Amino acid sequence: MSTSSEVAAPEGARGARLTLDAAVLGRPGAPVLHDVALDVRAGEILTVVGPSGCGKSTLLRTLAGLLSPLAGTVSQDGTVVTGPSADRALVFQEDALLPWRTLRGNVELPLAIRGVARSGRRAQAESWLGRVGLAAQAGQLPHRVSGGQSQRAQLARALAGSPRVVLMDEPFGALDTQTRSGMQDLLVEVLRGTGATVVFVTHDVDEALFLGDRVALLAAGRVASVRDVPRPRERGALDDPARAALRRAVLSSPGI
Amino acid sequence: MSRYVLRVASLAAALGLWQLLTSLKVDLWLRFSQFPTVADIARAFADRVSGDDYWTDLTDSLSRILTGFALAAVLGVATGVLVARSRLAEDLLGPVLEVLRPIPAIALVPVAILLFPSDEQGIVFITCTAAFFPVMVSTRHAVRALTPVWEEAVRTMGGGRWRILGSVVLPGALPGIFGGLSVGIGVSWICVISAEMISGQYGVGYRTWQDYTIVNYPGVFVGMVTIGVLGWITSTAVELLGRWLTRWLPRTSYVPGGRPRPEVHTVTDGAPVAVRGDGESQQQPDAQQQDRGDTGQEARDEYFV
Repeated sequence: MSTSSEVAAPEGARGARLTLDAAVLGRPGAPVLHDVALDVRAGEILTVVGPSGCGKSTLLRTLAGLLSPLAGTVSQDGTVVTGPSADRALVFQEDALLPWRTLRGNVELPLAIRGVARSGRRAQAESWLGRVGLAAQAGQLPHRVSGGQSQRAQLARALAGSPRVVLMDEPFGALDTQTRSGMQDLLVEVLRGTGATVVFVTHDVDEALFLGDRVALLAAGRVASVRDVPRPRERGALDDPARAALRRAVLSSPGI
Repeated sequence: MSRYVLRVASLAAALGLWQLLTSLKVDLWLRFSQFPTVADIARAFADRVSGDDYWTDLTDSLSRILTGFALAAVLGVATGVLVARSRLAEDLLGPVLEVLRPIPAIALVPVAILLFPSDEQGIVFITCTAAFFPVMVSTRHAVRALTPVWEEAVRTMGGGRWRILGSVVLPGALPGIFGGLSVGIGVSWICVISAEMISGQYGVGYRTWQDYTIVNYPGVFVGMVTIGVLGWITSTAVELLGRWLTRWLPRTSYVPGGRPRPEVHTVTDGAPVAVRGDGESQQQPDAQQQDRGDTGQEARDEYFV
C-alpha cells in the first residue's frame, strides 16, 4: 500500500517482542491462568484459542498492562511492563468507540495523545479510515454505523497510534460469517504495512489458523501448546494435509 | 401544529375558569370571593412592568440564581467526579456530604446569616447549596455508570488521568449531569424565592412577600406569575443546552403520541378493512402467521418494529 509509509510513524513500523514469564494471571483472589510462559515474537501474528472463560481476555488485558500479573512478569523487549502504554493498542470485542465522537474523532484520539498537531491529526485519521474502507463514514457517530464498520473503525483507531503491538480480543466475535471473513482479509491487508506484533484472541479455530503465524492453545487454566501454522495463508485449506492435521490436533486437545 | 393549539387552549381554559370563579365570587368549600380576578392581576401586572422596581427585582433575583446555580454546577460536578473516582475523596467527603444532604437548603438561613457579612451572599449560598446536591449526586452516579471499555481504550492509547477526565469521564457523564442540572435549577428557584422572602432586599420573592403583608393580593399573583415564567425560561435553557451538548446520544425514532400510525388495509371477504391501533392489528398478523408458517413470524416482527 503506497500510503503506508506516510501514515505509520517510523518507530511503529517495528513490532515488539512480548514475554510472559512464569506468570499467574487473573484478578486478585481469582487467578484464572497459572504458570504461563509465552514468548510472542516481534512482528508475528500469534492467535490464542480456547473455550469461553478459559482466560483469553485476562491474558490479553495483562499483556496490555490493564491487569497486573498476580505472579511473574510481563516484559516488552526485555523491559518489564507496569501499566498500559501507547505501545500496546487493544481492540475490544464490544463497541469501544467513544459514542460522542465521530469515527474520525475516535481515530484522532490516539494521535492527539501522541501530540500530533490538529491539522495532521485530521488527515492521518482520514487516511486510516480510508484504509479500512470507511472514508465515506468518517463524519458518522458510532451508533449510526454497523457492527462490522464499528470494528473496522476500532482497528483504524488502534493502528493510528502506531503501536508496536496490537492486542485483539475476539474483535470479530459478534459479526456474521461473511462480514467476519471480509474483516480477516482486511486485517491481514492492513497489518502488512505496519510490522506490528499481533496477539489475536478468538474461540474460532478456523479463524485462528487462518490469521496466525502461530497458534497458542489455552486449556484448563494453562497454555497447553503453541504450534506453528503452515504457510501460505489460505482460508479453510483442509485438503492441505499439514493444516488439516493441525486443525484436528487443535480441536482434539483437552478442554476444547 | 395542532398540539400547540391544544396547549394554548388548555392555558386559556384554565385562565377562563379562574376568571369565572373569581368574578362570580364562588364560595363553596373553596372560597374565591377574596381571590383577585385574572383581569385584576393583568392590570396590576401592567402597572408593575411600567415601574423600575419590577425590573430591579427581576434582575436581582436572576443574578442571585445564576450566580448560585453556576457555582453549584461547577462545585457539584467537581465533587461528584472526585467522589466517584477517588476512594480517598469518597471516604473524606462522603460522610459529611451525606449528613448535609437531607437538610433543606432553606433551613440554612440562620447559618447563612451567621456566616456571611451580607444578605446577598447568604441568598447566593442558599441557592447554591440547594442546587449542589442534585448535581453532585447525579454526577456521581453518572461517572460510576460509565462503560469501563471507554476508559480502558484511552489508557491503552497512552492517555493519562487528565486525558481520561476530559475525553471519557466528563463527556460520558454529561447526560447524567444534565439530569442533575435540570433538577437543580428547579430547586434553586424554590430556594432563592424563599430566601428572599425571609431576608432579602429587593428580588421577586421579597416583593411578593411585601405585597402579602400589605394585603395587595393582585401584587402577590404578579410575583407568582413572574417566578413561574422565569423558572420556565431558565429550565428550558438548561434543557436545551443539555440536549445540544448530548446530541450524540442515540435517540429512538419513537415519538410519544406523535408517530403517525400507518393504516394497514387487509382484504377480508373482498372488503377492505382498515386495521388501526395495537389491539386490533395484533390479531391480524396472528391469523396470517398460521397461513404462512415460519415466514409469518418474521412478518409479524417487522410489522411491530
